[in-house]
Amino acid sequence: MSNNSKEKIIELVGLTREFEDGMLAVDNVNLYVRKGEFITFLGPSGCGKTTTLRMIAGFDKPTAGKILLNGKDISDLPPNKRPINTVFQRYALFPHLNVYENIAFGLKLKKVKVTYQDSQGKEIEKIEKLSKTEINAKVEKALKMVDLEGFEKRSVSTLSGGQQQRVAIARAIVNEPKILLLDEPLGALDLKMRKDMQLELKEMHKKLGITFIYVTHDQEEALTMSDTIVVMKDGVIQQVGTPTDIYNEPKNSFVADFIGESNIFSATIVGDRKVRFIGHNFDCVDDFAINEKVDVVVRPEDVILLDKGEGQVDGKIINSIFKGVHYEMVMQVGKTEIVIQSTVERKVGEQVSLLIKPDNIHIMAKEFSTNKYDGYITKHNTVCFGDGEFECDVTQLYKGSILDEDGYLITEDGDKIDLTDVDVNVEVGLKDIEISDHEEDGGAVGNIVSMIYKGDHYQLIVRTSENEEDYVFDTEDTWNENDRVSVIIKKENIKLSLKQEIKR
Amino acid sequence: MIKKFFTRGYVFLVLAFIYIPIFILVMYSFNQGKVIGVWERFSFIWYRKLGEIKDVVFNTITLAVVSSIIATILGTLGAVGIYYSKGKLGKSVKTASQIPVVNSEVVTACALVMLMIILGLSHRSIFGLYVGHIVLSAPFVVLSVIPKLKQMDSNLYEAALDLGATPFQALFKVVLPEILPGVFSGFMLAITLSLDDYIITATLSPLDYDTISTAVYKAIALSTEKASEQVPIYRALTTIIFLITVLAVVLMNVRSNKKVKNNGKV
Amino acid sequence: MTEQRKQISRTDFIDDKKSVKRGFTFSRKQLCIPYGLFLAMFVVFPLLLVVYYAFTDSTGTFTFINFLDFFTDMTKISTLVISVLVAMLVTLICLLISYPVAYILSRMNQKTAFVLLLLFIMPMWINFVLRAMAMKEFLSLVQLPLGSFANIIGLTYDYLPFMILPLYSTLIKTDRSLEEAAFDLGAGKVKVFTSVTLPLSFSGIISGAMMVFLPVMSCYVITDTFSGSTGFTVIGKLIAWCFLGENGAMTNVNGGATISLIMLVILFGTMLATGGFKKESTGRGTNI
Repeated sequence: MSNNSKEKIIELVGLTREFEDGMLAVDNVNLYVRKGEFITFLGPSGCGKTTTLRMIAGFDKPTAGKILLNGKDISDLPPNKRPINTVFQRYALFPHLNVYENIAFGLKLKKVKVTYQDSQGKEIEKIEKLSKTEINAKVEKALKMVDLEGFEKRSVSTLSGGQQQRVAIARAIVNEPKILLLDEPLGALDLKMRKDMQLELKEMHKKLGITFIYVTHDQEEALTMSDTIVVMKDGVIQQVGTPTDIYNEPKNSFVADFIGESNIFSATIVGDRKVRFIGHNFDCVDDFAINEKVDVVVRPEDVILLDKGEGQVDGKIINSIFKGVHYEMVMQVGKTEIVIQSTVERKVGEQVSLLIKPDNIHIMAKEFSTNKYDGYITKHNTVCFGDGEFECDVTQLYKGSILDEDGYLITEDGDKIDLTDVDVNVEVGLKDIEISDHEEDGGAVGNIVSMIYKGDHYQLIVRTSENEEDYVFDTEDTWNENDRVSVIIKKENIKLSLKQEIKR
Repeated sequence: MIKKFFTRGYVFLVLAFIYIPIFILVMYSFNQGKVIGVWERFSFIWYRKLGEIKDVVFNTITLAVVSSIIATILGTLGAVGIYYSKGKLGKSVKTASQIPVVNSEVVTACALVMLMIILGLSHRSIFGLYVGHIVLSAPFVVLSVIPKLKQMDSNLYEAALDLGATPFQALFKVVLPEILPGVFSGFMLAITLSLDDYIITATLSPLDYDTISTAVYKAIALSTEKASEQVPIYRALTTIIFLITVLAVVLMNVRSNKKVKNNGKV
Repeated sequence: MTEQRKQISRTDFIDDKKSVKRGFTFSRKQLCIPYGLFLAMFVVFPLLLVVYYAFTDSTGTFTFINFLDFFTDMTKISTLVISVLVAMLVTLICLLISYPVAYILSRMNQKTAFVLLLLFIMPMWINFVLRAMAMKEFLSLVQLPLGSFANIIGLTYDYLPFMILPLYSTLIKTDRSLEEAAFDLGAGKVKVFTSVTLPLSFSGIISGAMMVFLPVMSCYVITDTFSGSTGFTVIGKLIAWCFLGENGAMTNVNGGATISLIMLVILFGTMLATGGFKKESTGRGTNI
């Protein structure tokens, strides 16, 4: 049994799905699922989790890569030939059929190969459909499983959301699939119902012993139900692990942010096992190279609040909410806000100090390929970020758009948009920043805080004094540390994207 | 109150404009005489003479039913194909499908005549006539099926495949039952359009082939001797069509009322 | 006797061969192929023929002579102009009669409105030529002479229901709270109508107008019925004449194609100008 449970039932090899418009929904995913496992794909909408599920079900064809079921490639098999069944997001029950007919749908189509032995002892093979009594028995069993005995003749439109959900599950499991796929099956239910169904599904998984592949964007749901969680973002797997692993040892800031509540800081390693963020050098247990840019995760329950002056960093409580078991407080340090959970309440306005133990500071390597900032568009169609203001090309926010003479953006469809104060993500490449000694030349001003020789060029960090925003870039010129310089970025090198769709 | 009186009064005035000519026609269909305005005697004589135009009625109904069935099959398949094809194929079929809707019937009819000439066929034939009626009505079937496809849960088809149905089985067992109301109203629309059509029939039908439209046209517009003899018979026919329409509308209402009640109970 | 055989094994059967051969190659979008071929053969190709015949003479050589013939023939030009004017006039009359009806119906109790709407639509199921006959007999009863005035009445009578339907369906869909908001903001009844209700029903007006304007230009059945000896006719008759002639014999295919092409230009021009292409369907496709 223990051997059996380690058997890979499904394996994704280099699975890729590129949409017609060139978007990579799933990008080179490699993963295996063990037999009998409850595995959850977790991520925000558009992360590729549903597309992955659809490829396993057979509704979408991968543009590259393979799907192996028990070692056999099933990528080209249509969905109706796969021993996999799906529970759909909005149930997808057939409205023109009643509960019984919905559940029996798959059974009525099923064929079995029966080998008979005739009176002479010869073996005869025949392909038969399931008999009516057999179908009846199976449907009854499935209905019992989901607690809906006696609902056979009911029309599906008269059922409540929860009951429809159960019919959808019964309809899938009645076919005894090797794998059951569940695509956000609880999304349409209310909170109370959802909690009940989570436990029930978990129970059902134990009873049936079949592999469950579950898709959700609800981290709590994933943590509650799964044996294994696969966190995805932009079509790429971020981390695979047990719920405990994912919660305690997030691999990057995205996972940390997505799973549970957390404080994430952009930080720099300033010495041997010393990391600097919120204006303080903390001791830590992870070993990273000096001057490396890293992300630091601190869980709210791991921040200890002390009286002013007694901890590592002082600040002020600006918000406090009672959450039943604990208080959730927000402490302000400079411009940074830190979320803290504690059973002891501190009043709003109180001056406090925080303490973080070294083993509660979780440091993650930052893949540093571009400078990323939060910015906004001004009324002159320039962009403010990193303590500065820069000229930019706002038409890149909408494909095919142009600017009219009044400074409004006209989209391809002819809609007129006022971009003033719109929040944007700003990206600037490492090669796209220049600096100048003259403060008025550039859009932001700061001091050179680091200069590292990288073989054929220097990597410089310019840090602004106001909010300690960093500009990291490569240059072949030599500069002196602590020089006060201004940052110049060419209009075409500022890449903008909308934080959210603008309501027109 | 006064406002209500005026608004209702206006609506009834417009209804009167629409119905008075019909009622007069109905009334005089029971008159023994031929001339409207001269009441002779109540009689069923024109109803007894309906047999004289039975070929015309038969032609009209056969044409409508057969062309509508073909248009419904083509249009339904087309709608499903268009809806599920996101690429060029679907788009171009959709655009082509809009042409007969927008185009004037005269142009549609004459373009078909030119096609018949190029194909070396007689430009007046039963074949051309049926093609013309299908061209006229199939796009409307498409237009009434597509909204039903849009309303349908897009996962239903996939759910059927998932449960082991082949694509054909999924279409017949799941998609078709779902869009059936749209298919049916498309079919009814096709029948209506075919029954109502004059221009395509007049241009493409064989010379000795008459439908109600062309026969009545000959009677009232050309006023040929034989045709105008039949005008009173067409009054009787109008009366019958009108009664059938009223009956159909009433039946439909009763049925939909029942449905609403039944749904309310559950 | 029947139970001679003993079952010894039973396994799920999945027919793999078929799946490779047929199952996966079939896709739903292929279903539009028959319809697509039908349209290509009987709609698109014939339209190309219209263009071909319009630019050739009876021997098949390229020429502009057909257009020259048309634009130098005063009777043809005046028929074209009159058709457009008559179509506009009838559209306007239908709109003026229908808009209040549709507005009143959309403000009524839904059940009554539905019954009344049915009453307005019911005549549409009576054959179009029979309806013309009814009106003609009515006019003879009230002793109105045939001619252009009778024509306008006849056209209005036949096309009125086509206008009411799209107007009603747009007006019933408009959000009443917008009007209430306007009242709330201090607009008078007239102002609310002109600045909220009317602009919001514009799409209904357009599709209703298209349903009347375009067919009226070519609907020679009505003009033939109501013109009597006045010879009043529309452009559609000119086209039909080229094909039907006196006894249904073809007279002038190239000439007919030319007028058809001019007609097409007017049709698509109107549609483009009114944005009729942007919408999913014209009001003719509306069913209740």
